[in-house]
Amino acid sequence: MITVSNLTKNFVLHNQNSAVIPVMVKASLDVKAGECVALIGQSGAGKSTLMRMIYGNYLAQDGDIWIGQTNVVGASARDIISLRRETLGYVSQFLRVVPRVATRDVVAEPLMALGVDPSIARQRAENILSLLNIPKRLWNLSPTTFSGGEQQRVNIARGFVYEYPAILLDEPTASLDAVNRSVVLELIERAKSRGAAIVGIFHDESARAQVCDREIDVSAFAPQVN
Amino acid sequence: MSEYNFAYLDEQTKRMIRRSILKGLAIPGYQVPFASREMPMPYGWGTGGVQVSAATLTPDDTLKVIDQGADDTTNAISIRKFFQKTAGVNVTEKTAEASLIQTRHRIPEVTLREDQILVYQVPIPEPLRFLEPSEVETRKMHALEEYGLMHVKLYEDISKHGAIATSYAYPVRVEGRYVMDPSPIPKFDNPKMEMAAVQLFGAGREQRIYALPPYTEVISLDFEDYPFEASKADHACDLCGAENSYLDEVIIDDQGGRIFVCSDTDFCTSRQDQTKEEAA
Amino acid sequence: MTQPLLDVRGIAKFYGARIGCADVSFDLWPGEVMGIVGESGSGKSTLLNCIAGHLEPDAGEVFFDTRVDGMKDTLLMSEPERRMLSRTDWAFVHQHARDGLRMSVSAGGNVGERLMAVGARHYGDIRARAIDWLGRVEISESRIDDRPTAFSGGMQQRLQIARNLVTGPRLVFMDEPTGGLDVSVQARLLDLLRSLVREMGLSAIIVTHDLAVVRLLADRLMVMKDGHVVEAGLTDQVLDDPQHAYTQLLVSSVLQV
Repeated sequence: MITVSNLTKNFVLHNQNSAVIPVMVKASLDVKAGECVALIGQSGAGKSTLMRMIYGNYLAQDGDIWIGQTNVVGASARDIISLRRETLGYVSQFLRVVPRVATRDVVAEPLMALGVDPSIARQRAENILSLLNIPKRLWNLSPTTFSGGEQQRVNIARGFVYEYPAILLDEPTASLDAVNRSVVLELIERAKSRGAAIVGIFHDESARAQVCDREIDVSAFAPQVN
Repeated sequence: MSEYNFAYLDEQTKRMIRRSILKGLAIPGYQVPFASREMPMPYGWGTGGVQVSAATLTPDDTLKVIDQGADDTTNAISIRKFFQKTAGVNVTEKTAEASLIQTRHRIPEVTLREDQILVYQVPIPEPLRFLEPSEVETRKMHALEEYGLMHVKLYEDISKHGAIATSYAYPVRVEGRYVMDPSPIPKFDNPKMEMAAVQLFGAGREQRIYALPPYTEVISLDFEDYPFEASKADHACDLCGAENSYLDEVIIDDQGGRIFVCSDTDFCTSRQDQTKEEAA
Repeated sequence: MTQPLLDVRGIAKFYGARIGCADVSFDLWPGEVMGIVGESGSGKSTLLNCIAGHLEPDAGEVFFDTRVDGMKDTLLMSEPERRMLSRTDWAFVHQHARDGLRMSVSAGGNVGERLMAVGARHYGDIRARAIDWLGRVEISESRIDDRPTAFSGGMQQRLQIARNLVTGPRLVFMDEPTGGLDVSVQARLLDLLRSLVREMGLSAIIVTHDLAVVRLLADRLMVMKDGHVVEAGLTDQVLDDPQHAYTQLLVSSVLQV
């Protein structure tokens, strides 16, 4: 479902004498439907970078990223937009929302973008918010004033409200207590059993051990320092 | 014999005005620019109407001049005398006997015939002027038939007053094409504009001539749920008893006593004469 | 869907030797929002005005998918055609609401004008639609007969949006739609624009100098400098992984709150 091959990336900082910073060389990985693969490696090794490249948020200098039938590398903006809408979900570490939008609508957004009837979309949003223990009184409020843990759960709700065939998770259990962590792990298990391909970054080793089938160490793709 | 050329204007000027009139008749409701001349009366006193009449009169014509329906106001008398002096034409107060009628702000009550010409005095010819001050823009709107703004004006009236408040100079659509200002006639007169006579409109200060050939379709603008009504005071004339003519309200004493009389003086006197004859 | 809604090719506008904008090409599909960012003098407003038909470009074509006749170059259209297009299928939201409103006409009249311009003749219906649209832009029904001169800046801007969208256009041009508004008011407006774009399946081209606005509203982004497009792509990619020197400078200059 997700196949990365020979992926290479540099950053060129034009405003610092065009310094070229290589960050990844010939990265490869393969995730099948129903699998969850963890990216491991030291902080700064390139885990988030690789995830962002898979999502199309960062450009690659060389290589391919296949999500189903679409190669993200070289894809048009339109194709990536529709890929993100229908196929590839991403739960990042930060919640970025338009101020003033109610939590319920933030979570229902991916469904509404797919044309799902708004009342059904909101119902499903409410279901998953309940699952993640976000109290009802918060559903009408904008999540911008929530605590870190609450924002994280809203983020996760938005990432799981629609059944993406492929999902990217960046630290999904950070800032969560034990109860909510197990809810999230349960959501991941459910996604796996319905056939989703998942790539995740988990600092929490036990969480990683529980849901991930394999680990890939991204340090293997780090550029050689001479 | 008068020292003036017939009807005051020189022949070249008359040709220019007649060309504008013909163009106006060929494009009903379209405002034709013309080179308005200096006349021996100030702007705002009917110079447009006078120039159109001057270009249209022939020595055999019989002229009637009315101002707000009356033959005996200062302005009507002045203009009538002007043409008596410079054209030497016959004059009359009887609508039925006139071949050319110059009018300010009214259409005669008597139905006009195919052999008659009605000349209107027009102050502001552009119906869109109050909402769109730019002449360049209004010309474009007429050319492109963009008249949405006209209905905005009527919409505003209804939202403010509960009804279309325009009571005179009520805009009309001519032959389904041009929107036209009929000059400040009361809206009561609008339906009369579908008539057998030729109608010519002259605006001297604004330098425009427009025209309606006989039997032209003239429809007053309105909304489906707020249709046009040709309304007048709910009264009969206190002098001749007419129920269907446009009335002037006249204060007769210091206590606020008032009577309503026909604004069309010829119409009223004819009816009174007829009543006297029948009584005799 | 086999063709874009808008296909812009090689637009250029010169002022003597000075470049207003040059060599700009892109396509836009239904439901897409394109942001054009740049600093003052970058040519972004010139480009917008050339595409929208307010300025005549010196070169280029603007193909639009008219419902009746397929893809047509709007620059070659007759004036009546183009004016009709800008009253029905296109909309233009100006930076200053007073450029896009009739200040001496009531709010209801402003919203109803486009309807009346395309033949609406039932007062009750027109008023009902105006009320509906005022509600959608969060202006109270009680203000329908007030003039825009009595409105705040944010309200005027929302009224401008209602006036433009009432005929259900498919393409909206916006020139700094949140410029000059208070920050809290901007948030409300952005939220409104986002939901309207999604509900109505609109395509939009938004010119702004504010990167936060494009991040929230635009799917795709073009960065302009000195009349040229220096970088284009997915909004989040251009902002998070800028490739061109100028884009990198622009992104790093944004103050973090």
